[in-house]
This record gives sequence, structure tokens and C-alpha cells, in this order.
Amino acid sequence: MSISKLGWILVAALALTACSRGENADALFQGQTSLEDEFAAAGALGPDGQPLPPTSRAFFQQVIGDRVFFSVDQHQLTPEATAVLDQQANWLLANAAGTITIEGHADEQGTRDYNIALSNRRAAAVRDYLVTRGVPDGRLTLVPFGKERPVEVCSTEACYSKNRRAVTVVGSAIGS
Amino acid sequence: MKQVWSVLAAIFLVLGAGPLAAQSPLRITITEGTREPVAFAAPAFVAESARAATIAADLTDVVTANLTGSGLFRDIPATAHIGRITSFDAPVRFSDWSLLDAQLLITGSATTTADGQLVVKFRLWDVFAQAELGAGQQFVGPSSSWRRMAHRIADIAYERLTGEPGYFNSRIAFVSETGAKGQRRKRLAVMDQDGANLSYLTGDETLLLAPRWSPDNRKILYTSYASGQPEVVELDLATRATRPLTALGQVAFAPRYSPDGRQVVLSANEGSNTDIYLVDPATGARRRLTTSPAIETAPSFSPDGRQIVFESDRSGTQQLYVMPATGGAAARISSGPGRYGTPVWSPRGDRIAFTKINEGRFHIGVMRTDGSDERLLTGSFLEEAPSWAPNGRVLTFFRETQGAEGAPQIWSVDISGRNLRPLPTPAFASDPAWSGLIQ
Repeated sequence: MSISKLGWILVAALALTACSRGENADALFQGQTSLEDEFAAAGALGPDGQPLPPTSRAFFQQVIGDRVFFSVDQHQLTPEATAVLDQQANWLLANAAGTITIEGHADEQGTRDYNIALSNRRAAAVRDYLVTRGVPDGRLTLVPFGKERPVEVCSTEACYSKNRRAVTVVGSAIGS
Repeated sequence: MKQVWSVLAAIFLVLGAGPLAAQSPLRITITEGTREPVAFAAPAFVAESARAATIAADLTDVVTANLTGSGLFRDIPATAHIGRITSFDAPVRFSDWSLLDAQLLITGSATTTADGQLVVKFRLWDVFAQAELGAGQQFVGPSSSWRRMAHRIADIAYERLTGEPGYFNSRIAFVSETGAKGQRRKRLAVMDQDGANLSYLTGDETLLLAPRWSPDNRKILYTSYASGQPEVVELDLATRATRPLTALGQVAFAPRYSPDGRQVVLSANEGSNTDIYLVDPATGARRRLTTSPAIETAPSFSPDGRQIVFESDRSGTQQLYVMPATGGAAARISSGPGRYGTPVWSPRGDRIAFTKINEGRFHIGVMRTDGSDERLLTGSFLEEAPSWAPNGRVLTFFRETQGAEGAPQIWSVDISGRNLRPLPTPAFASDPAWSGLIQ
């Protein structure tokens, strides 16, 4: 966890620099490539003990961060969420192939129908933001899950805060 | 099943024997205050053939369980009985039953004919008036239909004592759930309202939610994730065939049939917005009924088909609104503290059931259709999705316990808040949907 967090900070720092310089996607892509050695050095390893290829889905999930979180009954993106989505957009443009699914989720403190609609709003908020960062709208599919698929199962805010999420799921990536 | 019922319907004989009962004093008035259940005795139905012995005993048990389960009747157990009913047509010794303070006596018989048909007769007696309560009746059908006959007998007893239609001859569709809380596997199931005759209508390969009966009890709508996205699917109970109601790729959920079965009202998403649409299941043609940028979902028709109640957060929180079935201006009807969702119009037309979330607790409640006379019937950590019994007197819903081991179970409660009880299911169960009365 601390390792992937370190990796996330490194990526975020680099991309913020890149954005502020108004660089194009190619430059961003090169920037990410150059990070490979740094992550290897930081020890972002896959299950086989080898460094995660920065073009892999595992890298997207664990290092870039595949999810953002929301406040109770809200779908507005927090500053933390938009920072993650900036990185997602860069990575997706460089590495993702095919369709990208954005799953919306809600915690259990709501009725089923409402939570499906609320989780759709959350997924749509992510989709809309990624589109403003250049990810083609046509590649993004929304799937609202409501409260059907919690990642944490306790009935307190500690779990609810992790369940109120939108997860970007990459169908396939260059680095598999 | 259909053939069974045409046979039953065709041979619905009124037994000629016995004097016509005058207006009987034995009557249950379903009122709001506390009420003593009517004490009744249902001695074992007389088996008039050896082959009918088991069925006669089972019939008695099911009739008794239905009536006591309603909360309106109290069974005087056989161990307390003084008299025995050994012949269906012998005169009743009322003193045997009045000594027990039994107000209602149910007598019956079962026999099988040479061609294997089951013949069931019954009579209802007002013990203190020493008179028959309405005319006796007879059912004829295949032996396999004995449970339906028992439910009909209980429904007739309920009707004669309350003056309201019964609800025992009905089914409940629901979502059967297994597996850990984070990876629940769900499949569609259906059972009689008392939990008998359970069968599964789908596998559990893909997530599915919230079954809804067609008015003729022949089809069920539900929300399926089989295509990857939530879609509304129509299942034909006779053939088990399913077909998507909405175009592939269109997110839709929360469907309900119109009272005539010709239209489906549901929620569909367009971008970030959830609105209510009317869909023609035959053609797929759809019409949008709401246009606000709010979440609008959980629509339910009034029984006359002229209005739709739904929930919207256009005011900032989930609240209940009523609009014409053709769309147009909606009037808010919920006004108390907290959030209101999942409104369902009573089949009697007089009330709307809902889920209320207030101060961290969930409640099932009812209100008049203008929002007045709100009453909360139950409350717990998490409960939702009320569904009306066909007579509009009882609700089923599901309640989920909290924590990592939390799981859903189906419950029922009558609209005065009494007789709250769990319905037995072999696995976890949610999203109950009560069918109409089986004819």
C-alpha cells in the first residue's frame, strides 16, 4: 500500500509538471515511460516479483489508481479525485485499448433504485471529467451498480467511504 | 397450472344443504385499534377415502396456518378439542365448540374419485349463532392442486369474516441471495405466499434485481445485468423465455406494469440523468415522462391507471410525487422529516406504501395518496421495497441486518403495523413482489 502510494505521488508530481507546461500527449507518454525505472526502484512489483510494466492494467489499478471516492449522497468530484483522474486520463490515452468501463457504486445507506441512479451520476461525473481531459467519449461506458458490489462490508463510515466510489476498468491495455 | 384452474373454476359448486344463514353477527372489522383475533377451530378434515387421508390432514394444516398467519384469527389446537367431526354431513354439536370459546368452526372433507380427482368440501359455522356462515362449497381438481384449494378455503373464510377479499391464494417472487456480502449471487425465485412450492426462475450467473408481476400473473419484469449494464427483462412464466424490454446498451431499471399490462413505466439513464419513461412492451416505443435534471425513479401506477407516483430528489432530497400517467406537472405528497423512496400504490387505490430514511434508520410506512395520515409500520437498520398483498391489507418488504455478516430477509406486516413476521426462505432473500390473486 505504501509503495503504491509512493508511486502514485511520483506519477502525480510528474503529470502536474507536464500539464503546467502544456505538453502534448506524446510528451506525457514519454514522461510515463521514463518513470518505469523509478517505479522499479521504488519496488512496485507484480505477483511474480517482477516490476509492474507501466503499460499494464495492474499498473493502472495499483499505481495510477483506478478509483475515486465521493461524499455521502454526492457525486461532485473532490480535488483528490480530479488529481487521480488527471493521471487516469493520461494513462488511458497512452495505454488503453478498446472500451473503458466506469463503474459507479454507492454505500448501503440508501434504497436500491436511488442508489443505482446516484452511482450513475458518480460514474457520469468521472466520464465527463475524463472527456474534458481528452479521452474519447465513445470509448467510455457507464455501469451503475448502486449498492450491489461493496468492497468493504462493515456497516460504518470506515467502510461506506470506500464503497462510495467510481472505478475505471480498462478492457485491455498495451502491456496486458 | 392453467388447466388445473380452469377445472377448478368450472366445478365451483355451491352445496345445497343447510338453511341459508341470516345476516351473521360474526364479523371482523379491520380497524386501527387493538383487536382480539377471532378464535376458530378447524378439526381435521374428514378423509372419505383412504387415499385422501394425508391430503385431508395437510389441507387442515394449510387452512389453519393461513388464517393464524394473518393475525386476525387464533387457532384452538386439536389437543383442546372436545368433539370430533367424523362425518362432513352430520349435524354439528355446537356446544362442543362454544365450550372452547371457538367463535368460528371450519369443517371439511376430502375424497378421491375413481378417476383420481380430488374432491374437497368445506363449511364455515358461526358457533354462537349456531348457524352456517354462508354456503358450503366444493372444489374438484387434480390432487396436486390441494394447496390451492386450501388457500381458497382460507380466502373464503377471510372474506366472509372481514368483508374484504382474501390474499392467501397468491405468490411472492423475490431475489434469492447466496454468498458473502461483497459478492452476493442472486437469482430469481417464486413461492406461494406461505413459502411453499418454491422454484427458481433463473440461474445466479449474473446480477439481477427487483422482480415485478404482470397484472395477469403470467410475466415478471426484472432488472438484469446479463448484458453488462442494468437492463429491464421480461420473463414469461409458462415458457421461462426472457427478452430485453429496452434496447441493448440502454441502462434501465425500476420497471412496473400498468394496471392493464399494456405499458411499462421504468427509469432510464441518459448521461448523468435518471428519468421516468413509459415503454410499450410490444413495440419498444418509449415516451419520456419527466425532464428535470434530478434523479427520478421508482414509478408506480395508480390502480385506475391514471396517475403515477414516483420519487425525485428535485427538492434536494428524495421525496414522493404524483403526476398524471401521461406526464406533466407533479405534486409533492411527502412532507415529513427525512427522505422518502420506493413508493407503491395500493391495489385498493387508497394508500401509498414507501420506504422512509430518517435519522439513520429505515422505515416502511403508508400514507394516503395526498400524503396525509402518514404512518410508519416498522423500523430497523435497513429495510425497503414494500409490495402490497392483492387485498391491500398486508405488505411484504425486506430487511437487511448490519455489519459484515449482514443479510437480507423477507418480512410481512399488516397496514396497521401489527403481525410483523419473517417469511421463511431457504437462502437470503430480498426484493419481494406479491402477485395478484390467482384466479
